[in-house]
Amino acid sequence: MKIFFLAYFIFISYLFNIIQKEKSFEQSISDGKMIYEDFCIQCHLNNGEGIEGVYPPLNKSDYLLENIDKSIYSIKYGLKGEIIVNGIKYNGVMINQGLEDDEIADVMNYITNSWDNNLNIQITEKRVNELKK
Amino acid sequence: MKYLNFTLFLFFISNISCAQENYPPIETPEKIKYTYEKVIEDIDVAWGLDFINSKEFLITEKSGQLFKISNNTMTEISGLPEVYVRGQGGLLDVALHPNFRENNIIFLTLSSIIGDGDGGNTALYSAELNENSLHNLKLLYKAFPNSKKGQHFGSRIVFDDKNHLFFSIGDRGNRDVNPQDITIDGGKIYRLNLDGSIPNDNPFINESSAKKAIYSYGHRNPQGMAVHPRTGKIWVNEHGPRGGDEINVIEKGKNYGWPKITYGINYSGTTITDKRSMPGMEQPFYYWIPSIAPSGMTFLTSNKYKGWKNSLFVGSLKFEYLERLVIKNNKVIKREKILDKIGRVRDVNQGPDGYLYINVDGKGVLKIIPNK
Repeated sequence: MKIFFLAYFIFISYLFNIIQKEKSFEQSISDGKMIYEDFCIQCHLNNGEGIEGVYPPLNKSDYLLENIDKSIYSIKYGLKGEIIVNGIKYNGVMINQGLEDDEIADVMNYITNSWDNNLNIQITEKRVNELKK
Repeated sequence: MKYLNFTLFLFFISNISCAQENYPPIETPEKIKYTYEKVIEDIDVAWGLDFINSKEFLITEKSGQLFKISNNTMTEISGLPEVYVRGQGGLLDVALHPNFRENNIIFLTLSSIIGDGDGGNTALYSAELNENSLHNLKLLYKAFPNSKKGQHFGSRIVFDDKNHLFFSIGDRGNRDVNPQDITIDGGKIYRLNLDGSIPNDNPFINESSAKKAIYSYGHRNPQGMAVHPRTGKIWVNEHGPRGGDEINVIEKGKNYGWPKITYGINYSGTTITDKRSMPGMEQPFYYWIPSIAPSGMTFLTSNKYKGWKNSLFVGSLKFEYLERLVIKNNKVIKREKILDKIGRVRDVNQGPDGYLYINVDGKGVLKIIPNK
């Protein structure tokens, strides 16, 4: 009986391990917060508010929430030229930060599910990986 | 109740004084007496620049390219070391050897993955520039430990008149460990001889476990450096946290206090420390509240612009202008916006022709031209 329980326990933890390979949504959001505070906060600021006309907001940003792939692409490869966010023109440069695909997924999950944003769709590493230049 | 009122009063006063702009307030000139022209456009983040002569200069692109600009045409220089592009890291400053005319040597700072550990840290290289390629590449300094953090690589390179090279490295996002510990890199100003060897009168040369190249410590992220034209002292501006960017005049072996003392707070609004001074730690020459995110710095020594000679110029990444600071009796007495809303100003240099050149993200290099 003891052996049965032990085997069962090992089997379950093994299964769990496989499932865990794709990060949980909550974990991804919380890892994304660390990335945000390391790479993004200097310009987009603490609550994703940005600076009007200079750094576009992420909080309640129509551009972000309606253009997920484009936003992923911009983090991955950089963004330059005029964009309109919540009716206001921005014409700056965001340079590629050298983040890895899983880090981009995490930070996207953080910014689309923080402050007043509530996209509630998990962006996976695979989705980031599939966006090619 | 009386006491409560008084406490509330004190509380309000302290809040107001925290939020208040540090003197002197930034001014917008009433009459704009200058304009600008584009010198080179096709470069996104022109991090550093140094002039070869009035027609030619070298310029770094943060993503890892070095260009030579001759008569407004751009040529890429080959033979660079591998550059670790991550966060604020990449190819950073470029500086010509004081005897460049004889030896063709240039210096570069960049983030590099050399050595053990994930991530990277700031490195200083020298190389000979022959035509359009680098030869005889030498790694003169590599900071440790490597880190995947995206912040605070520094870096600027300047020379004094005694054949020393000074360069800066930021705290690499590890403020509670690096800046106050002279046995590890980060949060320091370094001094080397021009061949990369360590001067035997460096301040920590006799401390067995110290990094011997350190000249001063307790810095956050110095990204502007200039030699004062009259005193020959090394001036530095460094990014503070929220509020508390600083100008420091560098003295040998001194501790500039980060993060034990600061005029700033965290980006999130929480405090780092309430201490603004401590014994054995230097006060800044000037501090900015609010932060302007100061980048390159230079003293203007030419007479090309009326009333600007001897002013200090500092790029603002955050507010997207060039700041002119007037210094009198060792104090900043006036601050003025030049080219307001021009874009993120990365670097400012005076050319051999006496004009000011600024590097602006997404715009390239601009030359500031006084009105006739």
